Amino acid sequence: MKIHLTSVFVDDQAKALRFYTEILGFVKKHDVPVGEQDRWLTVVSPEEPGGTELLLEPARHPAARTYRDALVEDGIPLAQFAVDDVDAEYERLSALGVRFTQRPVEMGPVTTAVLDDTCGNLIQLASQPR
Amino acid sequence: MADDLFKALADSTRRTILDELAERSGQTLFEICARLSMRHGLGISRQAVSQHLAVLEAAGLVETRREGRYKFHDLNTAPLRRIAERWLVPDTPDPEDSTP
Repeated sequence: MKIHLTSVFVDDQAKALRFYTEILGFVKKHDVPVGEQDRWLTVVSPEEPGGTELLLEPARHPAARTYRDALVEDGIPLAQFAVDDVDAEYERLSALGVRFTQRPVEMGPVTTAVLDDTCGNLIQLASQPR
Repeated sequence: MADDLFKALADSTRRTILDELAERSGQTLFEICARLSMRHGLGISRQAVSQHLAVLEAAGLVETRREGRYKFHDLNTAPLRRIAERWLVPDTPDPEDSTP
C-alpha cells in the first residue's frame, strides 16, 4: 500500500491552482471537469512528477467550513510539505505576500513554519537538518 | 489578582510556556503545543495546554489577540513588575562598592 493522493478542501479551485502552482511552485497534473462547476484538479511536485498528488477539492460540504475554521483559529496545519530550507522558503514566500502564522522555528530535529494557503487552510513547511 | 499571578507561576509547564513566548511573542496554540512537545519533550494534550493558557491569561501574563481567522497568544510581563515592586529594594549606588 502507498499514499498516491491526498487532498485539501479549497474555497475556490481556480484561486487554489494559482496559489499552489504560481506561488508554492507545484505543477498541475490532472484537470478534469466533474459535474457542472467542479474539477478533478491535482498538483504534484516538479521534483517528483510521478509522486503523491495533492487534490484541490471544492469545500462544498457544509461541515468543511466549520472544521477548517476551527483548525485555522488554533493554527493547526492540514498538510505538511518538505522543503530543503524552511528559512529560505519563508523569505521567498513572504516576499510574494504569503502570510505565515508561524515563522520558522527549530523544533528539535526539524525546522518548521506554517503558512496560509489563501484558500482556507494552513500548510506546514518542514526541513530536515542537513 | 496576586493569587492568580502566583498560582500561574507555580507550575513548571506554565513557566516553560512563558519561556517560549518570551523567545517569540504572538504564537498560535499549535506553535505553543509543538514547542512544548518538540523542544521540551512534554507530552501534554492540546486541551491541557489550553487550560494552562487560560490560567496564564487570568493572571494577565498572556493576552490573546484575534487577527482575521487566527488567534495569537502574546506575553505580557507587566504583572511581574508588581512582584519586583513589592519586595525588591531598588538599586541604589553604594559609594563603598564603587570605589576600587
